[in-house]
Amino acid sequence: MERVILHCDMNSFYASVECLYHPELAGLPVAVGGNPEKRHGIILAKNQLAKETGIKTGETIGVARGKCPNLVVLLPNYAHYLRFSRLARKIYYSYSDLVEPFGLDEAWIDVTSSVGLYGSGEEIAREISRRIQDELGITVSIGVSWNKIFAKFGSDYKKPNAITVIDRDNYQRIVWEQEAGDLLYVGRSTRKKLIKYGIYTIGQLAGTSIDFLVLQFGKMGAVLWRFANGLDDSPVKCFDENYNGNERVIKSIGNSITTPRDLKNLADVKLIIYMLTESVAMRLRETGCFCQTVAIHVRNKELESFTRQIKMDKPTDLTNEIAEAAIQLFVQSYNFSSDIRSLGVRAADLVPDTVPIQLDVFGREEERIRLARLDTTIDGLRKRFGNLSVRRAVTLGDNMSGLDPKKDHIIHPVGYF
Amino acid sequence: MLTKKYVQVIAKFEENGALIPLQVLWEDGRVFEIDRVLDRRPGVSLKVGGQGIRYVCRILNKEVFLYYEEPRWFVESKV
Repeated sequence: MERVILHCDMNSFYASVECLYHPELAGLPVAVGGNPEKRHGIILAKNQLAKETGIKTGETIGVARGKCPNLVVLLPNYAHYLRFSRLARKIYYSYSDLVEPFGLDEAWIDVTSSVGLYGSGEEIAREISRRIQDELGITVSIGVSWNKIFAKFGSDYKKPNAITVIDRDNYQRIVWEQEAGDLLYVGRSTRKKLIKYGIYTIGQLAGTSIDFLVLQFGKMGAVLWRFANGLDDSPVKCFDENYNGNERVIKSIGNSITTPRDLKNLADVKLIIYMLTESVAMRLRETGCFCQTVAIHVRNKELESFTRQIKMDKPTDLTNEIAEAAIQLFVQSYNFSSDIRSLGVRAADLVPDTVPIQLDVFGREEERIRLARLDTTIDGLRKRFGNLSVRRAVTLGDNMSGLDPKKDHIIHPVGYF
Repeated sequence: MLTKKYVQVIAKFEENGALIPLQVLWEDGRVFEIDRVLDRRPGVSLKVGGQGIRYVCRILNKEVFLYYEEPRWFVESKV
């Protein structure tokens, strides 16, 4: 039997929730944005009225105000969003046990086995849409299809408050006509590359030979080809209903921060890297993992960003080793052509900390053990007296040193794979 | 114009965990008996801005929406 999969996307989620709690703002363009004083001043979400003025997510609040002078900008209230996300999922779970959240505001629901009970996919979609509107007061866009990719495409196809059914009869008309960039996992770079080969629409992508795509894009080429042809058969993953995060298996641990002021020299960068690494390494140890790869993410004033990664000699959870690797990586890959606005450190390629480690003759294993003991001691102190109770000397005497990435850490959506 | 008014509520827990409001205590000391709960489901108040379990209650022969927005109760009140 063909699968029936819904993809529900709550329309301008943050903004909708805020509008609900601020009925006095009805009829005004509303956006949710970060705090400009902490330099988190970008638009996170906006309501329909604000959307019509051309405001884009990710713009700075200043730019957005230029497009729409009477824009009301509200600070985000994460607890509210988590609650609404949980309530929405509760509704989804009344139609199926297979609900896979994709970020806070989106989810796939596999209702194949519920069709006999509740009617066709479209009818279930209609009921979910009605219930979310009645019980949560916000609107959803739902895509109905036989695979996750087209379901997601359907929910993006018509917004807000719409249901799009993509079936075997109409997918060539609806999906294939659209730009290749609208397909999940075709981003900026892939799109550019596709255009170079004369592939503009999803239909053209579907019609291209799979061998050619694999040649150009590696294994992603085959994946994209399957996506475009509606051959994706990845299951809707089963999550614990009460789990309110969206990570299933931890693939990496990272922290990043937009700093209160631009970083102009290596000393600044070192300070931030140490601060982030303290949090990353501590979380590694809490999870009981070693990492084998360290990656950094750098974004400069012009909002250009890049990531670089390096393989470690030995699996590690030592703050010092990770920080040194990150700093080394940074020195190799950036020349301060422009000041830095945001930095991230990530530990990836995780293995359990029980994994046997190959020692070598010239290694300084004794010192590593000492460092590990030191880390354990510091973790203990921090657990008892707070994350800022023991600090590195480099972070003293700087107004950025009060940041606590570990405590402020928030879960973000993870990738599709 | 309606406003969101948080109120004191006396409620009862049933054996199955259901929460049933019995009385609404108004700030001026009046006590409103809830004669019957007519409906109980999650709901939003778009008028005053709130989301919780909406109890449709009969109080003095009128239907009143009483919301349980954890951990507080509110009504849509005329000022």
